[in-house]
Amino acid sequence: MSLTIAEAPVERAPLFPRKKKGITPRSIAILVFLAICAAFFCVPLYVIVTTSFKTMDQIRQGDIFSLPLPLTFDAWWNAWDSACSGIRCDGLKVGFWNSMAILFPSLALSLALSSVTGYALALWNVKWANAFLFILFMCAFVPFQIIMIPLIILSSGLKVYGTVWGIAIVHAVLSMPILTLIFRNYYKGIPHEIMSAAMMDSGSFWRIFVEIILPMSANILIVVLILQITSIWNDFLIGLTFGGLGTQPMSVVLANVVITTTGEAAYNENMAAALLTAIPPLLIYFVLGRFFVQGITAGAIKG
Amino acid sequence: MPRVVFEDIIKQYGRLTVLKHLDLEIEDGEFLVLLGPSGCGKTTLLNLLAGLLDVTAGRISIGGRDVTDLDPKDRGLAMVFQSYALYPTKTVYGNLKFGLAAAKLDKAEVERRIAWAAKLLQIEPLLNRKPAQLSGGQRQRVAIGRALVKNVGVFLFDEPLSNLDAKLRTEMRLEIKKLHDELKSTVVYVTHDQIEAMTMATRIAVMDGGVIQQFGTPDDIYSRPHNLFVAGFIGAPAMNLRPARVKSTPAGLAANLGGLTLNLSSYGFVQAPGEGDEIVVGLRPEHFGAPGAVPDGEAIHFELPLQHGERTGGDATGYLRLGDGLLAVRIDPEAIGGLRQGDRVSVGFPAAKLHIFDARSGLRL
Repeated sequence: MSLTIAEAPVERAPLFPRKKKGITPRSIAILVFLAICAAFFCVPLYVIVTTSFKTMDQIRQGDIFSLPLPLTFDAWWNAWDSACSGIRCDGLKVGFWNSMAILFPSLALSLALSSVTGYALALWNVKWANAFLFILFMCAFVPFQIIMIPLIILSSGLKVYGTVWGIAIVHAVLSMPILTLIFRNYYKGIPHEIMSAAMMDSGSFWRIFVEIILPMSANILIVVLILQITSIWNDFLIGLTFGGLGTQPMSVVLANVVITTTGEAAYNENMAAALLTAIPPLLIYFVLGRFFVQGITAGAIKG
Repeated sequence: MPRVVFEDIIKQYGRLTVLKHLDLEIEDGEFLVLLGPSGCGKTTLLNLLAGLLDVTAGRISIGGRDVTDLDPKDRGLAMVFQSYALYPTKTVYGNLKFGLAAAKLDKAEVERRIAWAAKLLQIEPLLNRKPAQLSGGQRQRVAIGRALVKNVGVFLFDEPLSNLDAKLRTEMRLEIKKLHDELKSTVVYVTHDQIEAMTMATRIAVMDGGVIQQFGTPDDIYSRPHNLFVAGFIGAPAMNLRPARVKSTPAGLAANLGGLTLNLSSYGFVQAPGEGDEIVVGLRPEHFGAPGAVPDGEAIHFELPLQHGERTGGDATGYLRLGDGLLAVRIDPEAIGGLRQGDRVSVGFPAAKLHIFDARSGLRL
């Protein structure tokens, strides 16, 4: 009996290298198509960004593709601090702080409501759970405009109309169908036995939710967080109809700034205002985007 | 230590009946194994006991207390799951502690129990780790630990070893058995693995089709299978079951088996068949004598051609052609090496080891 000991593999070129694929007519066609798609988004963005750094003198010359010369931040500062929306000339900052004040209660309320509902529907024996889910899902297809007036009457009856909480409640209710569905589907993926074990160990609805289920929901919470921040921040109609004069969100103020013109239209300020409004959700996306993709795929693959 | 009693349990899912009028009494301190193929209702029965499922009809009592309508946490049970079901975001310590969530104990008692269970299962160095950082065997120990801390009289195990590799399974098998000997608690253990059942159980309930086919000690079930299902299910390789017809001879009853005449006069019938009755004869492969050897006592002799052999290292099985079927025979692995396909093998089977069943009812005769 002789022992064969495997030798360490020697560094050398592979015996059967694969052929490298060169550029083919097909790949050129794909590249051209992709370039056109990219241009479709990039050209307007380029115009907005460059215009916001131009002086009005340069804008008047009419060459929208020229680079800003001289480059100035005045338009940004004016848009933030002193642009006129209606008769008030306090800039977008008012709207920014209003939006912030709306964002946090809305987020808290909608996340709490839909995660608990999703948890109950997915992991507890709720009678008529499927019927409830179906009705909830149907509600997702009802356009906001249809229920806007009844909601206004309801919220004024609840004495929350025109307040931050009014807007938060409307956001929470309107986002509930889709968010509940997202949470429910995520929780359905939690192994059945973990829930059984928790039922035997504790059996308490809230304790299991807070101690076991919520800590397992980090991924999906981030997904929902990004979806909600974007939709709350970008919302215009709810803010317009439910926000009183003092609680108008940034999007409403932006619209007013753009609409309000005395004399000539300050294109540079308008562009800067639009960019300022778009920055917060973008920032969130850059910071949390990595988790967003993880969260979306988390349900698909076990692990 | 409580006794567990099932009385006339019925479980239906819609129109599908999973358990049919099931009665079962589990004695104090017993290690009961529910054994059966997939879909036989054994896990359903365990979940009914745990309270994770509701009975359609019937009564379950633990230690004389009717628990049929109680919540799982109030039944005084602890359960170990097949996938371990550890809470992934909690540390081992947190997992053990959550096991006491419903118990409302003071802090010192919680600490004392966790320390005790961790020491018993040798998981003390792992207390600060998350389940993802543990190996399969370690997770298994933590899952058992979470059940142990509850300090209850009845432990439920739902196929706890089926996710482990063969070596670890053997180790954990011994360890669970040792634990049971130490704690003297009542254990209800579900498995489809007959080796686990035979090695660990004090009694086995063999289930099929929602009915308990036989309830007895491992030896009892192996040596006196109550019906054809139990006979075919217990034993590896499986018992040879061949149909035959009873005939009367001057020497007593006999049966015709693939051209051979089997003398049944010395068989201890529970209920003797009549002439012409259809029966099934069972012969365990491991009871055949060595090729060429003459077994003690009365024996049946076969001389049949070898179809093929199967070797598993320490053991080997030869398949001999008998009529239009095969007869599995345990053969010494060293002897089987010298045999070729078609070689005639002469083996004897001791008559005392025969099993005879009624072909129609499937019951042991």
